[in-house]
Amino acid sequence: MTHTLTEQILGGDAGEYVDRRVDRAYVHDGTGFLTLESFREMGVSPGIDPTRISVLFDHICPANTGLTADLQRELRLYARTAGMNFSDCGSGICHQIMSEGIILPGEVVVGADSHSCTGGAFGAFATGVGATDMAAIWASGETWFRVPETIGIRLEGHLSGAAEAKDLALAVVSRLGMEGATYCALEYYGDGAYTVDMEGRLCITNMGVETGAKNAIFYPDSVCRDYLAGYGHQITVRTRQDCTYKQEVQIDLDDIVPLVTVPHRVDSARPVSDLAGILVDQVLLGTCTNGRYDDLRRFASIVRGKHVKVRTIVVPASQDILLRATQDGIIADLIASGCMVMTPGCGPCLGTHSGVLGEGEVCLSTANRNFKNRMGVGGSIYLGSPSTAATTALAGCITDPEVSHV
Amino acid sequence: MYKGEAVCLGADIDTDLVIAGRYLRTKDRSVWASHVFLDLDPALAGRLSGSVIVAGRNFGCGSSREQAPVALKEAGVVAVISPLFARIFFRNAINVGLPVLEAEIRSCHDGDQIEIDLDNGQINVDGVVYLFTPLSPRMRDILHAGGLVAYWRGKA
Ligand code: SF4
Repeated sequence: MTHTLTEQILGGDAGEYVDRRVDRAYVHDGTGFLTLESFREMGVSPGIDPTRISVLFDHICPANTGLTADLQRELRLYARTAGMNFSDCGSGICHQIMSEGIILPGEVVVGADSHSCTGGAFGAFATGVGATDMAAIWASGETWFRVPETIGIRLEGHLSGAAEAKDLALAVVSRLGMEGATYCALEYYGDGAYTVDMEGRLCITNMGVETGAKNAIFYPDSVCRDYLAGYGHQITVRTRQDCTYKQEVQIDLDDIVPLVTVPHRVDSARPVSDLAGILVDQVLLGTCTNGRYDDLRRFASIVRGKHVKVRTIVVPASQDILLRATQDGIIADLIASGCMVMTPGCGPCLGTHSGVLGEGEVCLSTANRNFKNRMGVGGSIYLGSPSTAATTALAGCITDPEVSHV
Repeated sequence: MYKGEAVCLGADIDTDLVIAGRYLRTKDRSVWASHVFLDLDPALAGRLSGSVIVAGRNFGCGSSREQAPVALKEAGVVAVISPLFARIFFRNAINVGLPVLEAEIRSCHDGDQIEIDLDNGQINVDGVVYLFTPLSPRMRDILHAGGLVAYWRGKA
């Protein structure tokens, strides 16, 4: 029996422990200084080509306090001196930058952040590790893994109407549950997978970890090939062979409707139509889930020429996205509609700066987590797609993009 | 070869039961060692020196605190055996140098003599031999060195 894509990349059977060379390793400003601390404690010099390591500042950017600035200064200096790839405040979210022509199919990628599973959209094995693990990877360029069992998610049909990749991502998390895929790989395949573009796939793999999965992965097909060709890479397309899954889930994309996940669990998606009318205080468009170019474009196409009713924060996931959206007039449309456009990065996603919620406030966010108090103590988060965020921003209450879009 | 006396525990022991959050404010590891499993059984901490914990499924679930395996090691636990470990606990345990072995021990009594042969993937419980999923060479090296930081320090 042939192996699943994750088993092929890790070179082992499910349940086995393997030692593997890491192709790319990355940290952000939140986990990077902990990694540096552990690394210094080990007392060794990097045993990995520093160009395989990226240090990307995104979590608190630009720095909000003197302490943050000091920690960032130290890591910045270290990364530059060591010859690592360094990406400073304002460049964008680590997972997005790694997706702009850095991560390639078949690679073993580790990031010191739970959403490092995002890179699986390119047919790489991408997963999150802790700071001590990362320090050891800096020291040797290798680490050990337990080869995960794979859950196969077969997609059929096409997304239709106002439904988007985000709605599918929310549907999968609710279907599997927050612990339903613990330790497993999620492998997306089938004719429906082919119809989802790279930005959509990145949104889907990004949310893989919300089911407890170790990684989420798509086969690198012609859609992936064309996307990476735009960054100057030639890749070999890989097709699925028959393989055994621990569990199989079948989803018809035509059945997916716009969904919203209610506070404070990520596996609580309901049709937006069931929740229409719930008042919100803030809308957030952005994060490593939905701050991409097409997300901004769809949002802008809905709010263009109208005015938002509640404070609406737009955070492009990278500088490249911000630049393209500026050149195409999308940013001007957003500003004219009353949105705040902020520095590329995580923005208010983790509740430390730039859009923290007050006690009792409600936010409709395009992020991946709605845990209690995440964006501020006493705040509640509903998760939805960029289109749902747009119709909600215009109405000031949760609004189905399906109804208002037609 | 790792040796110890069995201490048998049930399934779903989470990291809060291993070391309660209220003891984490200190960095004094002896405080963690003396409060291990306090909310499960206050008498346990005194019996852990030189022990091998034989637990049910899902050992180490819950919060990802790295102090949990450190506290066990500090209390003198030689190794933990469970049919299934929570993922982050498992990784943290290897990194702090606490052997964790995936095996289903069918019959275990407190005080049984346990011997673990890490390199050959065997556990001997009072004469009965069980196999566990073998650890990779790097994992064994890390454990033999006493943890990830010690492993790399030894190379510095
Ligand atoms: S955008 Fe949010 S979820 Fe993504 S990396 Fe930043 S803080 Fe984490």
